[in-house]
Amino acid sequence: MNYYVKLFLIFLKVGSFTIGGGYAMIPVIQREIVTNNKLIDSDEFLDIIAVSQSLPGAIAVNSTIFIGYKLAGLLGSIVTLLGIIIPSLVVIITVAIFYNEIKEQRAVQAFFQGVRPAIVALIAATVVKLTSSIPKKYINLLLITSSFISISLFNIHPIIVIIACSLIGLIFNREENSSELS
Amino acid sequence: MNYLNLFFVFFRIGAFTFGGGYAMLPLIEREIVFVYQWLTQEQFIDIFAISQMSPGPISINAATFVGYRFSGVLGALFATFGVVLPSFILVTNLAKVIQRNKNSLYLKGIFAGIRPAVIGLISAACLSMFRISVVDYKGAIIAILIFTIFIRTKIHPIILILFSGLLGVFLYL
Repeated sequence: MNYYVKLFLIFLKVGSFTIGGGYAMIPVIQREIVTNNKLIDSDEFLDIIAVSQSLPGAIAVNSTIFIGYKLAGLLGSIVTLLGIIIPSLVVIITVAIFYNEIKEQRAVQAFFQGVRPAIVALIAATVVKLTSSIPKKYINLLLITSSFISISLFNIHPIIVIIACSLIGLIFNREENSSELS
Repeated sequence: MNYLNLFFVFFRIGAFTFGGGYAMLPLIEREIVFVYQWLTQEQFIDIFAISQMSPGPISINAATFVGYRFSGVLGALFATFGVVLPSFILVTNLAKVIQRNKNSLYLKGIFAGIRPAVIGLISAACLSMFRISVVDYKGAIIAILIFTIFIRTKIHPIILILFSGLLGVFLYL
């Protein structure tokens, strides 16, 4: 199958099952791109999420464009972007037309009531899987817990956390490199 | 003219919101409800409900919905392309720079620090989603069940999402 068609179909799947915003697509992308097709590795996936979070716009959209560009250039990013947009367009327009009928459907509500906790569980499990790609050092453990606490407990904006950790990474890596040389 | 207007409003929204789809909603509200009065406040609140029962990123769902309500399918297309275009320009250019410099020690250091932060960041997002999404013991059962299956088996997450929806119908109806 043509590579572009393959990328388009993968992201069509991602777009169709991202229910509940940007982070909800992480489990599906991780399975499709990292585990099944081995197009990028876990480290690169984390880098992409960091960059996507640091730029304006939706995380899901940014990371989709990034992955498309990384794998197949400009055309790749157009193809993956179309992949996640099309399910939204089709479903939203359908829902907008039948909104009043759908709103009253108890079964539809119950379905999504069941899906929401599952999405949280899938993201949590994916975090566990992604963590295994991080080298087991004290500094990394410290960065994970301190960024979690500063966002959850102290409401610090994620971009500030990302910038701070990138500076820490820059300083520590330099020290490591210079100690390896000496 | 109206279509161009719609496009530029969403282009602006896409270019100036940090932190993803939910962060866009207040900005969309200000532009669409108060400045341009394309939707009433009540119609705007529907966006939340609709985004929760539709797949896809919130920003795209919101743009599509507003565009469609405002001027049909063509409106939906203009609003959606407006909201994703800033991302497209920024991300492709930044990706180019990162790929060119991927052997730079500075960049390696930066990403070595960022990777653990992203783990913390997703965990924090996960916790706040947990607070909203897991509201009773049935939800907790679904969450634990799905977590265990996903960790222990190779079943595709999409299958598990559909399965949890059926569980929802079974448990909540």
